Amino acid sequence: MSQLVFDPTKVMPIDHTKRTEYLDGLAAIKADRKVLKEITYTPSLPDKGYNNRSLYVNVDTLEITEKPVTQQMKDVFIGGRGFGLFHLWNAVKPTTRWNDPENEIIISPGPVAGMTQYAGTGKSLVVSLSPQTDIPIDSNVGGYFGPLLKFSGFDALELQGKANKDVILFIDGVKGIIRVEEAPVGPVDSHVLGEVLTHLYAEDEADLPNISVVSTGAAAEHSLIGMLNFSFYDRRRKCVRFKQAGRGGIGTVFRDKRIRALVVRGPKVAGDLNHPADPKTIAKTGIKYHKEIRENDPHQCMMRRNGTAHIVEIMDAYDLLPVHNFQYGSHPDVHRIDSSYWQQRCTQVTVDGCWYGCSMACAKGADGLILQTGPYKGDMVTVDGPEYENAAGLGSNCGVFDPDYLLELNFYCDTYGICTITYGTLTAFVMECYQRGILDKQRTGGLEMTWGNAEADLEMMHQMARGEGFGKIAGMGVKKMKEYFIRNGYGDPQLINDIGMENKGLEYSQYMSKESLAQQGGYALTNKGPQHDEAWLIFMDMVNKQLPTFEDKAEALYYFPLFRTWFGLNGFCKLPWNDVVPSDNASQPEPQKVPEHVQNYVDLFSATTGIQIDKEELIRQSAKVYNFQRVFNIRMGKGLRLHDAAPYRSLGPVTKEEYESRAERYDQQIVTEMGLDPKGKSTEEKMALHREWRTGRFSQLMDAVYTRRGWTLDGVPTLARLQELGLDAFPEVVAVVKQHL
Amino acid sequence: MKQLVIDFKKCDAGRNCEHECELECAVKVFKVDDPAKAALQIKAYEDGGGIAVLCDQCGDCVVVCPTEALKRNKLGAVILNKTVCVGCFMCIGFCEKEAFMHNSDWITPHKCTSCGICVKVCPHGALSIVDVPEPAARIL
Repeated sequence: MSQLVFDPTKVMPIDHTKRTEYLDGLAAIKADRKVLKEITYTPSLPDKGYNNRSLYVNVDTLEITEKPVTQQMKDVFIGGRGFGLFHLWNAVKPTTRWNDPENEIIISPGPVAGMTQYAGTGKSLVVSLSPQTDIPIDSNVGGYFGPLLKFSGFDALELQGKANKDVILFIDGVKGIIRVEEAPVGPVDSHVLGEVLTHLYAEDEADLPNISVVSTGAAAEHSLIGMLNFSFYDRRRKCVRFKQAGRGGIGTVFRDKRIRALVVRGPKVAGDLNHPADPKTIAKTGIKYHKEIRENDPHQCMMRRNGTAHIVEIMDAYDLLPVHNFQYGSHPDVHRIDSSYWQQRCTQVTVDGCWYGCSMACAKGADGLILQTGPYKGDMVTVDGPEYENAAGLGSNCGVFDPDYLLELNFYCDTYGICTITYGTLTAFVMECYQRGILDKQRTGGLEMTWGNAEADLEMMHQMARGEGFGKIAGMGVKKMKEYFIRNGYGDPQLINDIGMENKGLEYSQYMSKESLAQQGGYALTNKGPQHDEAWLIFMDMVNKQLPTFEDKAEALYYFPLFRTWFGLNGFCKLPWNDVVPSDNASQPEPQKVPEHVQNYVDLFSATTGIQIDKEELIRQSAKVYNFQRVFNIRMGKGLRLHDAAPYRSLGPVTKEEYESRAERYDQQIVTEMGLDPKGKSTEEKMALHREWRTGRFSQLMDAVYTRRGWTLDGVPTLARLQELGLDAFPEVVAVVKQHL
Repeated sequence: MKQLVIDFKKCDAGRNCEHECELECAVKVFKVDDPAKAALQIKAYEDGGGIAVLCDQCGDCVVVCPTEALKRNKLGAVILNKTVCVGCFMCIGFCEKEAFMHNSDWITPHKCTSCGICVKVCPHGALSIVDVPEPAARIL
């Protein structure tokens, strides 16, 4: 493939400052607010990345308390996802489910978060018990909320209880006020609510960037796949934009708690608010990285121009783009939604970082979309992205190649508060069920869910937001849809289970793992479910052939999930790690790890906290939290080998046409991998051979990975591993494991 | 727009002067007695001649600044509003001329604003402020 060249003359002439305004409702909300509880507190700024306190709010009892962040919490859990899991463990029982009042939503930014000198340093980590998986879900999200929360004085926010009426939690980190307000009227959907609340709580125009709102939307109330929008104010567009904590249904928990929104008003951001131990090293590392982006990004991934959508055509070229529910890996119409299109459609004269200092700036925006359907029909809106996952999930995986419809689907997912990845995968499943007669027009209540029917797709989403019809069934997610279809005798249970792309109850994200054993493990052998943020090994394994043996794959499935976990402990984004690399990276040892960037992270952590670590200690920090999370899953009744099972569609060809679309490759594998002759065998016979071989080697991979991770062959961390990581200091953790050894 | 330029036919890269331009900039503009912290830096080559690191007001930094802290003034010079700046240093990383600078004692970056203070003190009359057309903003 040749490198795409950016041609500024082709960028569409769209006025990025024009959009429909929603401030009409501002006065009504203002008048209707009722303060349920207000306390004052002393705001603080972090010292070496930590405030050493967190905030607990019970939205039912209105208890608002500060909790100390102990040295043990910092030593073992670091922050971010680690703090989230720690608080959640203490809040719930093994029998707790997502909609029990004791379930919590924890938002924690991590010690490094809020740094302004390096790319991707504004992340919040959100943790809760998932309505889809019944185990902890963690989501890494941009926007300003986490850093502003930290600069208001708190390393984490714990939300517990269920309110009787809709409430807004407001934290004023300038005046030192925390308030729970009743919010009986006003908008629910994020693009309206975020705009209204940002203007409501900002003291003046200059204050707008100091406000961040967490909200969801109407579909989160009627589905299990709700997500949270974290806002940031875009000064050039003069609008409120969002990044999403998408996976696992945390938005559903949020609405179940009757939380309408969280609002933080932080101090004006400056370059030293973390009070790092060594600001010189941070400045030096940040400046070096910004230069690397300037020099290398235009010749490498072009993240500044295209965002993550730059890989649409790459995935297509390597036969890895999910098409029609992960059946196929490419499609002739992909050029309509690839990055050569998005770099013309996305506005290019703005600054698209979702936190200050992000020179990678992948948070692209498509302005000037006039909506064709739904409650906001006719409005002109700005759509965030589209990111790769949205283009692939809402686009190719459902056969939607019309970019305007794709943007509209993306927009409504965002404002209705549902995860684009989950929605894409579940809609692809619905469409394949429709194709194969498992569903029909009667069962869908009249929706013609044929491939590429974006209007029916959008109507299903609007139904989800209204809590009506088939949209409500689809909103349960793939796992519960499978059970429902099988229970109602809609079709062959094995076929339904084979093509429903979920593991642990979470939908697969948008990569075809069928031809990459390492990626099959990268999806299924995860803590929270099949999300690529743990291990994206597909290129390393399938394209670059860097992982030829089981041991190589197991090593990658040991190292990368731990390395990537570390981003979430600290408030980092993963993308700046390897979506640009130093010019000499290929000549370095283990180039797939991007060693210079690993050293950057070691330096940034040490320079912030004053705790000197090295790259080995970095992995050890992650291993503590990763293994704790595995034990947490076991405590909640999952987390064993049987829960790591993968749907066959993720391992191999389920259907005859799928096999035949890659017959040459599959026939060849019968010769080279199985030592048999495909001649004279029917497609069904060859598919059976593949199934046996592919499920067998996946099982072998599980053995190799578990062994490398220090787990039993049932997937349980051994006592020796817990001792090695110091987790034996927690008797409850040891007690959970002992039941399974 | 106003632009500081240096004539190397007149400037001998500090071989026969006391770097008055740098010192004047450091003292008068940045209130520090250290020419290394000035917004222009004259460096001599070993084999003769030299180079000046100074801002030509191209405006690339205006494009990349996430907070709109960098704006042109009435004279076209790019000026940093320190109260808006968040110290991200993207302006430094994206400056091809390396004219946006970092002083580790300060949390905001700094650069030449074509103020002309240095012009008056150059013993060789090598520095001048010229008026040149403002370049179009680039997409970076």
